[in-house]
Amino acid sequence: MNSTAIAIPPKQSGSRLLGLPRETLLSWYEDMLLVRRFEEKCAQLYGMGMIMGFCHLYNGQEAVSTGAIKGAINPDDYVITAYRDHGQAISKGVNPKAILAELLGKYTGTTKGKGGSMHIFDRATNFLGGHAIVGGHIPIAAGVAFAIKYRGEKKVCLCFLGDGATNIGAFHEGLNLAGLWKLPVIYIIENNKYGMGTAVERASAVEDLYKKAYAYNMRSEVVNGMDVLDVYQKVKAAADHARATYEPTLLEIETYRFRGHSMSDPVSGHYRTKEEVERLKQSDPIIHLAETLKEEGMISDQYLDEAEERIKQIVQECVEFAENSPEPPIDELWKDVYIERSGE
Amino acid sequence: MAIVSLREALNQAIDEEMARDERVYLMGEEVANYQGAYKVSQGLLQKWGPKRILDTPIAEAGFAGIGIGSAMLGLRPIVEFMTWNFSLVAYDQIVNNAAKMLSMSGGNFSVPVVFRGPGGAAHGLGATHSQALESVYSHFPGLKVVMPSTCKDAKGLLKSAIRDDNPIVFIESEVMYGDKGEIPDGEYTIPIGVGEVKKEGTDVTIVSWSKTLAHVVLKAVDVLQEELNISIEVIDPRTIRPMDYDLIVSSVKKTNRLVIVEEGWPFAGVGAQISHEVASRAFDELDAPVERVTQEDVPLPYAHGLEIRSLPNLDKIRAAVRKVLYLD
Ligand SMILES: Cc1ncc(C[n+]2csc(CCOP(=O)(O)OP(=O)(O)O)c2C)c(N)n1
Ligand SMILES: [Mg+2]
Repeated sequence: MNSTAIAIPPKQSGSRLLGLPRETLLSWYEDMLLVRRFEEKCAQLYGMGMIMGFCHLYNGQEAVSTGAIKGAINPDDYVITAYRDHGQAISKGVNPKAILAELLGKYTGTTKGKGGSMHIFDRATNFLGGHAIVGGHIPIAAGVAFAIKYRGEKKVCLCFLGDGATNIGAFHEGLNLAGLWKLPVIYIIENNKYGMGTAVERASAVEDLYKKAYAYNMRSEVVNGMDVLDVYQKVKAAADHARATYEPTLLEIETYRFRGHSMSDPVSGHYRTKEEVERLKQSDPIIHLAETLKEEGMISDQYLDEAEERIKQIVQECVEFAENSPEPPIDELWKDVYIERSGE
Repeated sequence: MAIVSLREALNQAIDEEMARDERVYLMGEEVANYQGAYKVSQGLLQKWGPKRILDTPIAEAGFAGIGIGSAMLGLRPIVEFMTWNFSLVAYDQIVNNAAKMLSMSGGNFSVPVVFRGPGGAAHGLGATHSQALESVYSHFPGLKVVMPSTCKDAKGLLKSAIRDDNPIVFIESEVMYGDKGEIPDGEYTIPIGVGEVKKEGTDVTIVSWSKTLAHVVLKAVDVLQEELNISIEVIDPRTIRPMDYDLIVSSVKKTNRLVIVEEGWPFAGVGAQISHEVASRAFDELDAPVERVTQEDVPLPYAHGLEIRSLPNLDKIRAAVRKVLYLD
């Protein structure tokens, strides 16, 4: 594989702050930083054996969840995603304490310890899950959009999926239905260049994934996923369009995963070189935003230090909350399998 | 005799059968370049090349179908599912095509494909990634379901599976891949459909298979024999379908008591089928109703405490053994 072929579009100049208020931009910066530091803490806790099972970290992809969810949509819009779900949950406003408690299998977790890392759900924030079977949630997103349209609402559903997920049947059935029935769903391919250890061009007959929308008469666009502003702008445009017309959009967001596929996989190895990872880390979306904000005179080094400190504090509070939370009681095992009283 | 890990035993079986028969090829997610998600196919790409060791996209229905179609023309594919949970995406291919092709085509087309990969729970993988699907697949006439519990059985049975002209569901366990065991030197196979007494005993028969036998039952047997001062016989059917009922019945004739321990859910589980068969063939030999140990009848949660409480464990096996011995 020719690793030099992988390139993230160059960062844009600072004049592109789109006239957004400083406060908004800083809240995005801190959201991205929180996701990064949260994931680093997860890696540490996983290493200590406190998080079990599969744990897929979001490092490198933060601008996607922040720009798309915290930036471009409203709190009452819906988000659904795959198993790499901590970042999107945080950007959606799911309490990070509850997320970490979930990872530690605690009763105070987002699903009382039942779902774990791959299955974060939060009804209160319209976060419809982490889903661990590749592609399984793609038609569900169309169903959510169906219900939005059925009820005559002006909401949208954002559905995040990986590049690898565009090769499974559920992707094609879901997109065809969304295109056919004009459902207000925005499919966001987070093209981080690999599905586990398989590069995009080794798995997909079409390398430009946005083109897959053509088959379903769906709008599509390529987005620079290392630039939170580009993500914000293009997801917002797609969401506005969906609210106005109910039409779906497919966005191919170019990004990169800085860590291994899951905590049990190496960062580099048979499928990508260390050099490639180091090179792509030069486009770190968090550093990119910090530099842009500095160039525009919006922030100082002092702000950056203070933000770092604030985020560190939040993550520490998450850890304390999670560690001090109780395990789920054993009788939880038999709960939530059926609704006892239906139809009321 | 050599000591190898279970993943090496499976690797040897694939490697030897590829050397023996050039129609044999392996495909699945990450089997080639990445050397296997669980390293079962380590080194095979380097040895056999990309024509016979193929990485697939995440497209289980698609590549299961490729396996079936190519088998109809006489190739002998080994289709790896990264785990059996993901086979559910290819369920239609396995159930409607592989299982039925021979019968529905009136004998025109056989489907000599092996679908293989790890099944069952590991540690903390949650409800969608922890399923024991042997009862599901053994429901369908036309499929054979094989589940080894030792390195020796794994190699010998996989070789038989690859040579078998029928579609085979071969279920391994991800937590067993590192288990070590002896395998015979040189060429050998183990026949599909023939069980084995894994430990002789006189007072109670326990039937179990795969990881549940290797990691749970054998350890529980050591504890309970000592604790209850009894002798337990352990039967490993090794194949779920066809089931070696004769072996089980002959053991029950000796011990007069039967406990079946399986990882799957109770409803329509494999143990329910065995229990019925033993009741109808050897009712008069039983001194107690057959007992079953399964996982709790719920989707498996992530939290460690709930997970271990749900799966078969020593406490549940103890309770079942005590019950058939009327010790309570
Ligand atoms: C149907 C199915 N097949 C296989 C897997 C195992 N698996 C989990 S994630 C993954 C790779 C997915 O890659 P991609 O869609 O690009 O998402 P990324 O992990 O890069 O975010 C695979 C093969 C699965 N969970 N579900
Ligand atoms: Mg990917």
